[in-house]
Amino acid sequence: MSKKYHITTTVNGDDYEYLCEAQQTLLDVLRDELMLAGTKEGCATGDCGACTVMVDGTMVCSCLVLAVETDGAKVDTIEGMANGNELHPLQRKFLELNGSQCGICTPGILIAARALLERNPDPTETEIRYWLAGNLCRCTGYDKIIRSVQAAAREMRGA
Amino acid sequence: MAQAHPILEQSGFNPDKKLKIVGSSPIKHDGIDKVTGRAKFGADMYLPGMLVGKILRSPHAHAIIKSIDVSAAEKVPGVKAVICRDDFPEITPGSANGDMTRNAMAREKALYDGHPVAAVAAISESAAKAALKLIKVEYEVLPHVIDPVEAMKPDAPILHDHVRTKGVKGADKPSNVIEKYELGIGDVDAGFAEADVTVEREFDTKPMHQGYIEPQGCVASCTEDGQIELWCCTQAPWVYRDRLSNILKIETAKIRVQQSEMGGGFGGKTGFYPEPIAIQLSRKAKRPVKIALTRNEVFRATGPVSGTKSRIKIGCKKDGTITAAEAELVFQTGAFTGSAFTNAPQAMFTRYALKNVKTTSYEVVSNRPKVNSFRAPCVPQIVFGVEGVIDELARKIGMDPIDFRLRNAATEGYKTIYGETFGPIGFVETLQAAKKCDHYNSPVPPGQGRGVAAGFWFNRGGETTGTLNIGIDGSVTLILGTTDVAGSRISISMMAAEELGIPVDKVRAVMADTHSLGFNRVTAGSRTTFSTGMVIVDSARKAIAELCKRAAGIWGVSPDAVTFEDGYCKPAGANVGNFEPLSIAQIAAKTMATHGAIAGHSEMNVTGAGPGFGLHIVDVEVDKETGRVDIKRYTVVEDAGKAIHRLQVEGQFQGGAVQGIGWALNEEYYYGKDGRMENPSFLDYRMPVASDVPMIDTEIVEVPNPRHPYGLRGVGEVPVVPTMAAIANAIGQCIGVRPQSLPMSPPKLLKLIDEHKAKNGG
Repeated sequence: MSKKYHITTTVNGDDYEYLCEAQQTLLDVLRDELMLAGTKEGCATGDCGACTVMVDGTMVCSCLVLAVETDGAKVDTIEGMANGNELHPLQRKFLELNGSQCGICTPGILIAARALLERNPDPTETEIRYWLAGNLCRCTGYDKIIRSVQAAAREMRGA
Repeated sequence: MAQAHPILEQSGFNPDKKLKIVGSSPIKHDGIDKVTGRAKFGADMYLPGMLVGKILRSPHAHAIIKSIDVSAAEKVPGVKAVICRDDFPEITPGSANGDMTRNAMAREKALYDGHPVAAVAAISESAAKAALKLIKVEYEVLPHVIDPVEAMKPDAPILHDHVRTKGVKGADKPSNVIEKYELGIGDVDAGFAEADVTVEREFDTKPMHQGYIEPQGCVASCTEDGQIELWCCTQAPWVYRDRLSNILKIETAKIRVQQSEMGGGFGGKTGFYPEPIAIQLSRKAKRPVKIALTRNEVFRATGPVSGTKSRIKIGCKKDGTITAAEAELVFQTGAFTGSAFTNAPQAMFTRYALKNVKTTSYEVVSNRPKVNSFRAPCVPQIVFGVEGVIDELARKIGMDPIDFRLRNAATEGYKTIYGETFGPIGFVETLQAAKKCDHYNSPVPPGQGRGVAAGFWFNRGGETTGTLNIGIDGSVTLILGTTDVAGSRISISMMAAEELGIPVDKVRAVMADTHSLGFNRVTAGSRTTFSTGMVIVDSARKAIAELCKRAAGIWGVSPDAVTFEDGYCKPAGANVGNFEPLSIAQIAAKTMATHGAIAGHSEMNVTGAGPGFGLHIVDVEVDKETGRVDIKRYTVVEDAGKAIHRLQVEGQFQGGAVQGIGWALNEEYYYGKDGRMENPSFLDYRMPVASDVPMIDTEIVEVPNPRHPYGLRGVGEVPVVPTMAAIANAIGQCIGVRPQSLPMSPPKLLKLIDEHKAKNGG
């Protein structure tokens, strides 16, 4: 039996405690220990962005972060993006403009796009494309993803 | 001979019908789950007592498996089951089932790097991984062959001793050539004799991966008395069930396949991989077993697309009329047959009204993973060559490339090489729309090149089932047999709502498990919204007939005296009596007092799919120092028959084009001398990212398919068919020489540019 470590963390504002093995990633524990399966595994090597979450306000691929590194950290995932019944404007625009096709990349892309709009409320198309270059999508050809982010940014700016 | 289903004879298509819902773009009902993280994909199922399954894979491209010793692995604490070939029923090699079981779990030989040889189920991933390391496999490594042309040579290492080439008389020796397939019409010698100009070129394309972002994931749960529940991401629940039944020797009624949301498939999830392994582990462990493949496993052992070599020759007169076409094609199918390569000779020239065609095609095995379907299987890689030759002919006779295609475009009544005579089709309208669009009429910016290319796909129908249930409040649920790969639930809900005259928000659709409906063919070939739409429209019409009967009963009149219009049952005429129209909800509220629930159900072998045609226009810039290609502008023009949900149709066009951009510019497999894949990761197998591509403009052409109640044609396959050809044609305009090999990666383009310069005196 591998040695287990006791971790205390906040996920989407809720306090969690769990035991994990040293090699388990944040992605592993989010999905398999905390049952927050909205964060997806596409590659486990940090290349596809499907597992994108925020750790203490920094955007990370949760497959590249060990769970033990997040002891005491504040983690935000897709499950915390809506506020009660109120969807985040990005979520709404992805629905209205079909920014999500099969949906497997969508959680990671929404988290990444929110991180972009928080630091740059008025990004150009090129800035959106480069910011999201770490999030693979194979269905949409990116067109409707970019348009959804642009539309959400406009709405959030009140433009 | 069974009677054809009435709706297949008479679809009721009415071009003048005013549509309220079809043709709009409502928010898809499953969308909310996808933007909130609730949607449950293959790996998102968790069951009490669930174990983790892991697979041991061959590190050799070709090796006899002399022995497998699992005893040490079984002793690892937490390990509940270890399986290998001994745990699968013996099935004679060479049959479809024999191949399938051997691809799922190697038996006599490992045939490619990554071929499964054993598997473990344990209480934790770390225990499972520890056990995998203790499985002892004794291999006798054999010489291997990766390249299909090498594999065709007489002295090549033979993969399967039982293979005798089909289609070759007197083939009596084992061969890697599975089949030689000849298809033609007319007289090509006479045709070429009539030609003023003839162009003949050779092309090659590399295997690419479907690249779905969701690796295969499944959970199998088996009981002591042999019942199996399988949750998995699949494009083919019934096909999986029936094949599992065949290779595991279990009755179909004891296998229940429940499809998860599917995180991309594109054809790659039409055949199983970890599912039979998870089932056999669960049967042994008597606990649920989850297997989620890693990306490395996905690349090494699932689904690539056939690589090809082709020689294509086409002749035309000075006025642009094509007189003959000839092709020789080689398809790499991986370790087992199943590439669907005969699609290519049937589709490669189809869209042009050719009279003289001769094709010879070969399907060849080599030591690579068995290929799987991908949008328009085996066609885009050949169209890459065909549309290059077409373009060269147009330029040689000084004709606009779209005019050249118009000159030869097939129209209604053309009898194709595969025997179908075209009904109303929209190729001419597609070409005309392309000629008129803003992109084609804008000057090519300095330093850039513009290319066009056309594509065709048959579009498919096939066995399909579905049910429509009306609730007591008049809202409606649909049970669909096909998988929702790209938004078919909402598109089909829209057609049901249109038929019933209710808002689409009153309809909800679910994807059925295999116990809930009869057999459905795989969700592939651009058949789903067409076929399942047909089945649900038929179900709606049956439910409407029943609603009319109930209204007649309530009013005490004959059912013939009741009509249905805009969601209401009404007296058919003034002489019927003065009754207030009854809504679906009003009738549904009385089902307890009438004859119980109201539903419609339908199953049919759907025919009448309308062929699809597209034309792509692309502007590129090539960096002459690095060979890097920049896609500057891209337009997809395609006939959708009728776009049911416009945004989703656009999404199909855009997604297909960008997959094609990846295939065109950089996606390929690298194998080392040892026959092992060298780039099994997203980092090294690079698919297009957001910053690689521009917005993809779309132009939806609508030439209705009258065989469908709403006139639709499938739109999933065509968008990738002409992409690589269009880009290659554009690159040719930019650098002066048209590439003939995919991918058109920087080093290859640099070489082409340098050779071209040298030839033309710098």
